[in-house]
Amino acid sequence: MDLEDQANVNRLAETSGTDGMVVLLGQPDANSAGLFAETVTRGDPTWAGPLAGVPLGLPVYHVLEPEIKAQMDGDLYDEHVGLMELSADVDEIIKWVAFYREGDS
Amino acid sequence: MIPQPAVLHTSYALAHAPGLVRYGSKPVREAEGDPSLPARLDGALRPWGEVMAYPPNQVFIGNLAPDGLSSIPRPWYENRMEAARPDGPFGRMVTQAALYGLMKLCDDFDLLAIDERLAEQARAELTGFGHRRGRIGGAAADRIEALIEEGGGLPLYHEGRAAGFIRTAHRQDDSLTARVLLENLAAKATAALAVSDLLERSGLAAERVDYLINCGEEAVGDRYQRGGGSLSKAVGEVAGCVNATGSDVKAFCAAPVHALLAAGAMVASGLYEHVVVLGGGSQAKLGMKFGAHLRSGAPVMEDCLASMAFLVGPGEGGGDGMRIRLDLAGKHPIGAGSSARAVYEALVVEPLERAGLGMTDIDRYAVELHNPEITVPGGSGDVPRTNYRTLAAMAVLRGEIQKEDMDRFTAERGMPGFAPTQGHIPAGVPYLGHAQRAMRLGELERAMVVAKGSLFLGRMTQLVDGVSFVVEPAGP
Repeated sequence: MDLEDQANVNRLAETSGTDGMVVLLGQPDANSAGLFAETVTRGDPTWAGPLAGVPLGLPVYHVLEPEIKAQMDGDLYDEHVGLMELSADVDEIIKWVAFYREGDS
Repeated sequence: MIPQPAVLHTSYALAHAPGLVRYGSKPVREAEGDPSLPARLDGALRPWGEVMAYPPNQVFIGNLAPDGLSSIPRPWYENRMEAARPDGPFGRMVTQAALYGLMKLCDDFDLLAIDERLAEQARAELTGFGHRRGRIGGAAADRIEALIEEGGGLPLYHEGRAAGFIRTAHRQDDSLTARVLLENLAAKATAALAVSDLLERSGLAAERVDYLINCGEEAVGDRYQRGGGSLSKAVGEVAGCVNATGSDVKAFCAAPVHALLAAGAMVASGLYEHVVVLGGGSQAKLGMKFGAHLRSGAPVMEDCLASMAFLVGPGEGGGDGMRIRLDLAGKHPIGAGSSARAVYEALVVEPLERAGLGMTDIDRYAVELHNPEITVPGGSGDVPRTNYRTLAAMAVLRGEIQKEDMDRFTAERGMPGFAPTQGHIPAGVPYLGHAQRAMRLGELERAMVVAKGSLFLGRMTQLVDGVSFVVEPAGP
């Protein structure tokens, strides 16, 4: 996860608290979605950014997950996410994001 | 008659640059908080023999087709090519000594000093090339030591020693620091290698080049005009293009496709007969993903400066050029929106529909061809695979293929990534050499090159950009 994005998440968590904060991912593959999910839950696994050693434990979802899709306007979702829904390995992405969201770290 | 513009020849080069990895933007930043980093980096760099035989590099210079790479098991760095060679049908690889020598030959302001031992090695490796610009001069080793001691520049490392020095040209100008000049000189030198090879391979006399377009991303200038340019003319001078002038096209990673379209339009309009499009290596991007490579136990693979050059001219000459179908050029307009669907509608579907063609009328798509072995460990994913899956999904949505045919669409019309992660370099165009060979063999009828650029990185707009074109055999 980009160091600037990590810094932004960290700053928001520090200034506004983590109550009510959800991280929504849009990565097109399971590997990078998993890395991002791990970063905002357990901390930066690469130990390179501001979230290294900072286990924020934020609820993290991927835009392809059904509970997210259900909350969005259908036409807008199709326009922006439809192509990824068709081309990405949806099950694998959801599995890894859920693993870090629900993990017991 | 309006000339039909064609890509007549292609040229690619890789310069091994392990000594410059520590001066990549990312390693420099990380080393500020970790002084032990340069030594750890050096320990994870590959020797020349491994870099030369690395399968993606052999694809880049044409010794292995992209399809051949698909059948080599990953990790590719552990499955080196037995029959690897540093020279290929449309490209070559050079050692770091040759790179420093080229930089010295391109150094018009005495910015760079290399020691005599390195200069001798460079002269031996650049026989032929060096004659065009005189002898590669070396300095006494104690002179290099003295320069490093004085400061005001950067020591340059080679085979475990400080073998050179590049100086800052103006102490109060951030655009003329040793670090910036190193980037620019590396871009110039590697581009000059690609252009010289291009002309040699094509048989076109350098004097017959009318215009040069540089599509690299380096900002050449001083503090009053940081990105002033024109590196194109500086490179043309080295290559002996005495009758040419030139300019730079800047559009992030999409620039090579913009530049080839501009070159094609120049030829089609009759303004110029022979236009060279060139791009040098991005020194700032060396070692960009080194952290992920170190953590995963892989070698640091961003260790080469890549460069390329294309000769665009009239396709009616009877050669085996690839006609640039200017009537099928695609662009991502400002008002198009930046969703994946909007981008691919604009770049792929719209130009094809204009000619009554569908997505399956393109035999091969060349998208950003980043080597996935470099990008995946850092979380950036397999860029070409994601793009091909997206194109396949577009074809499904358009009813051209069934959902179960997506894998086949991707395998048949795509290819694995094999290009170094140097911005403009992977922009689809590394496939052009392979496309030309496949067309010559009658294996390919029509290919589309699609490039995208992340304009938002410059913080002046949230927009992305993209352009595309189609090539076909030029015919008699």
